[in-house]
Amino acid sequence: MEKEQLAQILAELVPGLEINSSKEILEVKAASNTWHELAGKLASDPRLQFNYLHNLYGVDWQTYFTVIAYLDSTILGYSLIVRTEVADHDNPSLDTISDIWITANFQEREIYDLLGISFSNHPDLRRLFLEDGWGFPLRKDYKDDINFIER
Amino acid sequence: MPFNIYDFSTTTKAVDEFLKANMSPTWAFITELTIVGLVFLIFYAIVGLYLVYAERKVCAFMQNRVGPNRVGKWGLFQTIADLIKLLMKELITIKKADKLLYNVAPFIVIIASFMAIAAIPFAKGLHAVDFNIGVFYMMAVSSIGVVGILIAGWSSNSKYSLIGAMRSGAQVVSYELSVGLALVSVVIFSGSMQLSTIVESQANGWWIFKGHLPAIVAFFMFLIASTAEINRGPFDLAEAESELTAGFHTEYSGIKFAFFFLSEFMNMFIVASLAATVFLGGWMPLHIGNLEAFNRIMDFIPPIFWYFGKTIFVIYLIMWFKWTFPRLRIDQLLNLEWKYLLPINLVNTLLIAFLVLMGWYFK
Amino acid sequence: MQEVELQDILTAREDGDYIINIGPQHPSTHGVLRFVVSLKGETLEYVIPHCGYIHRGIEKMCERLTYPQIIHLTDRMDYLSAHMNNEAVSLAVEKGLGIEVPDRVKYIRTILSELQRLASHQLWWAAFGMDLGGLTCFFYGLRDREKILDIFEESFGSRLLHSYICPGGLMNDIHPNFQKRTKDFITYFRKKLPEYDELLTGNIIFEQRTKNIGILSKEEAVGYGLTGPSGRGSGFACDIRKRFPYSAYDKVNFKEILYNEGDTWARYKVRMDEMWESMRIIEQLIDNIPEGDFTAKMKPIIRLPEGEYHQRVETARGELGVYIISTGEKNPYRMHFRTPNFSNLFVMNRLAAGFKIADLIAISGSLDLVIPDIDR
Repeated sequence: MEKEQLAQILAELVPGLEINSSKEILEVKAASNTWHELAGKLASDPRLQFNYLHNLYGVDWQTYFTVIAYLDSTILGYSLIVRTEVADHDNPSLDTISDIWITANFQEREIYDLLGISFSNHPDLRRLFLEDGWGFPLRKDYKDDINFIER
Repeated sequence: MPFNIYDFSTTTKAVDEFLKANMSPTWAFITELTIVGLVFLIFYAIVGLYLVYAERKVCAFMQNRVGPNRVGKWGLFQTIADLIKLLMKELITIKKADKLLYNVAPFIVIIASFMAIAAIPFAKGLHAVDFNIGVFYMMAVSSIGVVGILIAGWSSNSKYSLIGAMRSGAQVVSYELSVGLALVSVVIFSGSMQLSTIVESQANGWWIFKGHLPAIVAFFMFLIASTAEINRGPFDLAEAESELTAGFHTEYSGIKFAFFFLSEFMNMFIVASLAATVFLGGWMPLHIGNLEAFNRIMDFIPPIFWYFGKTIFVIYLIMWFKWTFPRLRIDQLLNLEWKYLLPINLVNTLLIAFLVLMGWYFK
Repeated sequence: MQEVELQDILTAREDGDYIINIGPQHPSTHGVLRFVVSLKGETLEYVIPHCGYIHRGIEKMCERLTYPQIIHLTDRMDYLSAHMNNEAVSLAVEKGLGIEVPDRVKYIRTILSELQRLASHQLWWAAFGMDLGGLTCFFYGLRDREKILDIFEESFGSRLLHSYICPGGLMNDIHPNFQKRTKDFITYFRKKLPEYDELLTGNIIFEQRTKNIGILSKEEAVGYGLTGPSGRGSGFACDIRKRFPYSAYDKVNFKEILYNEGDTWARYKVRMDEMWESMRIIEQLIDNIPEGDFTAKMKPIIRLPEGEYHQRVETARGELGVYIISTGEKNPYRMHFRTPNFSNLFVMNRLAAGFKIADLIAISGSLDLVIPDIDR
């Protein structure tokens, strides 16, 4: 099966990678310090060639953040979900992957804008939708006294 | 001449004599000037307004719509209502605009088109002035308009306006050549620059028919180049609303905007009437060879109808272009002129000169 | 605030640049989008898109709403692909609940998506023609789009924001006239679509304005995540309907339109050809809608089991991804939309730099941007 094949290649490529094949799409979990390195391998390895990052988004879990990337290989037809945890909730930071997939540039800007995770080495890390000095609305502790109605 | 019954020079002479008999020569002269001025002012306003109406109806026709139909019968008074609205609108002045030039620009534009109308022969004996260099005068006067556009664009202190004005400048300067050369071809045929003489020379056939293929080529060159010169689609780069919002008149409002708008339509009228005068025989009726009966019937249609019929035909052509073609890009526009129209025109003019020299055209 | 940052960028560039703002109020940005462009004469040096003028925080709002309520928000993202947006959320929720919807629902959803795609492409064609200065196109496009909107109106009472497809099926059954009117429309539009070509496609000015303008290679299109007709114009086979079929797309026979030129012309042609394909899909399905319920059995309150769910659908503009993280509550813990226009917007600088200002309008028109979909 394709998923097992992919899991095998991944296990060979990065020993000790956390692989979860119980879902519809194969999932791997990277440590936040190997995030960029893993992304580079996924994109450049001839057996994988994940060239299409179709989604990148982050989740606030109150004590830590998760950043999840959805990858496709348009050449070989594989799909993969890569996730990582950003442990520092006060000053979250992650390596950028915008040098590997251009589209990550803007999706990372969105994450920075709405969740406040700063991406190191990002070429153009500015707020995308909101003004500077605005809070990070997708964080769970975001408060807006005017527009929020507490139920 | 069979169409003497429609000669307007007797009427104008009668008015002249009546005034001279009742007033001192100076006052008679002043009164005449006033009458001519007033007549042209009213004519200008009416033609301008109804051209706007015509444009809206034509464009509605092209676009499966009804067009203006609320004010008056068939919406005939729509443009007049629009004019009243524009008159009442606030004249917004831009803070950092060059006040003097900003206010002068619309007048320059409108005066240029006003001056050009003076030389148009509407019918036999019906024109304000009949210069012996009529064609040259029209060319000279109509290019004053672009100065107004450049001033408007520059003095508005808006970047969109400036780009629009610069485009317009580049466009008019280049297309003037083609317009001039196309007109020169008829000047060569008729041997005169006087518009009335050019019209008279077409009594036995219009130049577009008499001049073989070169005259037809010249007519189409004139049509294309003059459409570009009056900044109308597909050459409406100066005010390309999808790129520059409104181009050089972005910052104008109220009646000043109306001046630009009206003069644009009047320029179309002038260009169309010039094309009608020079290529399509002006107020001359359509005559076909020796079909005496046919020619007689044609003669009974008054020249003023012939003149307006031809002008409206050309105006319709120009409107047709606008509503069916997408807009060109600035570099394509200039390429078209300098790489295609101008060389063709030069060769064409040379050919016409040769034809005339050899006498190989219908006299 | 953005002005300050912009100033930093501008001062970093050499002096004497002619900077103009195209938008947020501009006839050709089709909404409140702003391009900051630098000009050398008429030539564009760079294009910086600025968005956020219509950011409503839909993702944040979703966290406080139940799933049936979220449907109504998704209409407001890409308002020209309302059905597809609804469908995406519905499919994701159904996947989470493990519900299989009746075949009737699948067929109707597919037909509606394709009708919506037709309507969207018609409006795109209308606006694209207008961007290039051919104002008559606008009325031709709207004339035919009106017919589709009338069908929509009759069936579910709304013309733009339908909220018709909901988790479990449809809000209510289709109108008895729906099949007949749709068939009539297809017959009508098969005659009218060639008119579009006559008016615009064959025109020499149009060809010159679009060919070899804004070229993007396939690799770059993949890298930028340029999906939908725009991506397929570059040869990127990104049609979700083909690659991960959903609803009734696995039951129909249609062609994925691909052009390899990657210029504005190719993006234009992809959409024109897609209209024919959409009509083919509808024709295959419209007579075969099975009888049955218009909705699956649903509990009144939808609680997704804990976990992550995602669904990708093909809207009229490209790939829409819906990502739901549920903690078992009746509202999602985190909801994310991967919207097609978001990725499509940011190729602007790559496509337009070096071309003329008029090409910027042509290129942004050929990408078919819907601004609320970018900002969400």
